[in-house]
Amino acid sequence: MGQLAQQTPATRGKPPLVAAALGGVDIQQYLTFQLTGEMYAVGILNVKEIIEYGSLTEIPMMPAFIRGVINLRGSVVPVIDLAARFGGRATETSRRTCIVIIELAHEDERHDIGIVVDAVSEVLEVSDADIEPAPAFGAKIRADFIAGMGKIGGKFVIILDIQKVLSVDEIANLAAIKAEDA
Amino acid sequence: MDEILSVFSVEAREQLEAMESGLMQLEKGDHDAETINAVFRAAHTIKGGAGVVEIHSVESFTHVLENVLDRLRNGEIAVSGEMISALLLGCDHIGALLDLVARGQLDVDPDLAAAGAAISDSLQPFLGERKPAAVKAVLAEAEADIEREDADAAVNDCWHISIRFGRDVLKNGMDPLAFLRYLLNLGEVAHMTTLIDALPDAEAMDPELCYLGFEISFRSHASKDAIERVFDFCRDDCDLHILPPNSKVEEYLGLIESLPEETMRLGEILVKSGALTREELDTGLRRQSEVKVGAEDTPTPTLGNILIQQNSVQPEIVEAAAAKQKTISEKKAAEASLIRIHADKLDQLIDLVGELVIAGASANLLARKSAEGTLVEATSVLTRLVESIRDSALALRMVQIGETFNRFHRVARDVSKELGKDIELVITGAETELDKSVVEKIGDPLMHLVRNAMDHGIEPPAARAAAGKPAKGRVELNAYHDSGSIVIQVVDDGGGLNKDRIQAKAIEKGIIQPGDTLSDQEVLNLIFEPGFSTVEKVTNLSGRGVGMDVVRKNITALRGMVHVETEPGAGSRFTIRLPLTLAIIDGFLTGVGKASYVIPLDMVIECIELAGTSGERDYINLRGEVLPFVRLRELFEVTGERPTRENVVVVQYAGQKAGIVVDQLLGEFQTVIKPLGTLFRNMRGIGGSTILGSGEVALILDVQALVSRSANTEEQLARAGHGVSLLTAH
Repeated sequence: MGQLAQQTPATRGKPPLVAAALGGVDIQQYLTFQLTGEMYAVGILNVKEIIEYGSLTEIPMMPAFIRGVINLRGSVVPVIDLAARFGGRATETSRRTCIVIIELAHEDERHDIGIVVDAVSEVLEVSDADIEPAPAFGAKIRADFIAGMGKIGGKFVIILDIQKVLSVDEIANLAAIKAEDA
Repeated sequence: MDEILSVFSVEAREQLEAMESGLMQLEKGDHDAETINAVFRAAHTIKGGAGVVEIHSVESFTHVLENVLDRLRNGEIAVSGEMISALLLGCDHIGALLDLVARGQLDVDPDLAAAGAAISDSLQPFLGERKPAAVKAVLAEAEADIEREDADAAVNDCWHISIRFGRDVLKNGMDPLAFLRYLLNLGEVAHMTTLIDALPDAEAMDPELCYLGFEISFRSHASKDAIERVFDFCRDDCDLHILPPNSKVEEYLGLIESLPEETMRLGEILVKSGALTREELDTGLRRQSEVKVGAEDTPTPTLGNILIQQNSVQPEIVEAAAAKQKTISEKKAAEASLIRIHADKLDQLIDLVGELVIAGASANLLARKSAEGTLVEATSVLTRLVESIRDSALALRMVQIGETFNRFHRVARDVSKELGKDIELVITGAETELDKSVVEKIGDPLMHLVRNAMDHGIEPPAARAAAGKPAKGRVELNAYHDSGSIVIQVVDDGGGLNKDRIQAKAIEKGIIQPGDTLSDQEVLNLIFEPGFSTVEKVTNLSGRGVGMDVVRKNITALRGMVHVETEPGAGSRFTIRLPLTLAIIDGFLTGVGKASYVIPLDMVIECIELAGTSGERDYINLRGEVLPFVRLRELFEVTGERPTRENVVVVQYAGQKAGIVVDQLLGEFQTVIKPLGTLFRNMRGIGGSTILGSGEVALILDVQALVSRSANTEEQLARAGHGVSLLTAH
């Protein structure tokens, strides 16, 4: 029994090694960006392109976090203000403000949604081993929005679960409630 | 899927529709020969087509139907209700088999095969006992691709091909033998005579020239076109005559006359090859020359007629052959005026035209900015052309709604049978046109509405009699155009909707609270709520509680709306309004603050200045009429200073007039509709978006939703409503 009790914490501390032995360590690429002084990251596979902020058309009777729509080479793409979506104030635009176009799958259809960020930083490689689970509270954003906390250079970066953050169903329902209030 | 398969399945479906509508006509008591023939022809064509593309499941099953129809056509059996029902089931089964084909699944699963066998069995009583010989005749008939009444009629069933190769064929690098070999791919040569009459003496002969001609009796199912195509490469170089099987003797004689060789010799060849009998040839030639001498000015009687007089051919055969020729030529004419295009290509064209319109608008804008007269002129010519192209491109996609409506005849029939009700379906406005993409999506909602009208709307015969109504229930399907929309109505003369029962049910289902006060219209609209169904008994047809909310969802997705009116005891009327197209519309561009909004031009009646209204009242005096209006600036919470001059755009929708107050009027604008996507699916008041010449996005107003929304808000305020906001938003 004693042996077992000793062994367990030891093996628990080693999953990365075990995983490495099995060839399971994955290194993923993430796009990091700044938003209200905080660093966030999204999986690079969801990012379609990054464009300059500008010529945005507002949509009336919508919740504040729906910033509006833009013309992206002939198709109309909605733009979400992430800071407002996280419950903060709307992003003030500056010279470095960008729109990151995110590609999502919803009900077998592809959707492009833009997110407004203060500034785009860089693409980083983070190994799965360096990703800690989300804290229960304290991150100031909804826990289900966080896919994990990436350790980069001794600092934590919030890796977003972009599918949840930009949940088409949830946003559409919020929009409907707002529309009814108006 | 293979292209040939897809063509087959499209055509087979058309034939199936024709067959079904023919059967329905038969059931209604229209027993004339033409209807029966049409049904038979449709079945025959499906079978033939299936044979060509080697879908044996369809071929063998259709063969059974065809046999029954053949007996019907020959008057061996009479039309009966059970037979029509069995045949209609057969049609459904063919449809199911075609679905498999469309999915690229060529093997029939056992369930479907069993269903098919059951239908075949149910048709057996109508097949009766046939003499083996007769059955064989039917088979032979099908295979010969020619409708013959009797197998022992002495008519030749081979094509006759006369070909004289030109002198230079060999020099042009073509080998006559190769053509003949290729011909064998299409069928078999029953008899062939090589003509060497043109061959000169050995000294005069040039070995590099071709002197040969052939008379060929050719047994094949191929069409004349296909046979002609064999000789395509040497068409200019040769003298080609093709006579179809069972051609009139006169045509053979015509052929003989048109060929260079001596008449009698060719006659001999024809006799030898079996195309004509000697007797036919001799009497034919003699009679023709007699008639020619006898009466110069009367038209030469066809040899067919002469032969009939001599009783050598039965009149029906000649009639059948003539009819066959006629249908073939009619079909050719129809084919010439119609072309089949893949729907994708059309959609792509519309998309491109949309981009062209946007690019044109931006060029126009730049030209105006440059203030160069000639450039402005050039772009305005371009704009006009683009507009015409847009209209023609959109017209390509317009189809009549009749086809969709006609499907409901079958539905009406089946539902009447199943429910034991006598229901008549009346269709008006079948020729009303609308965009194909809308037609496709409106089928299912309409189906729900029609079924509901028959199932829940029309009362059972006893109840109708008690209410003093005619026993025959009536369901109407109407379609017409109205200010840029198409209106489709489903009207029944049944019992109407029971408001008390709807309300009770909604409370039971927890859709509304017992204390809620709802207007009559709101009560009626409850039937469109998810999970609502008033009929306790769930029938096969409806009452599963998924119908009406899906109807409304589908219609809203098409930027349309559905409205219900009812009168207890007299029936109900469902009115669907849909935009004519989902692609490009004529718009009227307006500005509020910095943003631009497009109002569909078809709805705009006039524009006036907003003046003389002080304060809170949101209505103006429009030449003695009270015109309520919506202030976009307030509704959309646009910040910024109100301009000194505001304008009212007077719009009309579903017979209602209303005003929309905007800052600026920017004029007409060709609007390419860009959907806003699922994120905005719950939005009311904005119908979509478009891209302006400047590249900015402008929003398209959904006038109907805006106006009804304002009306509802006021009603709510007036009632200081509790808990009904959920319903009024729709």
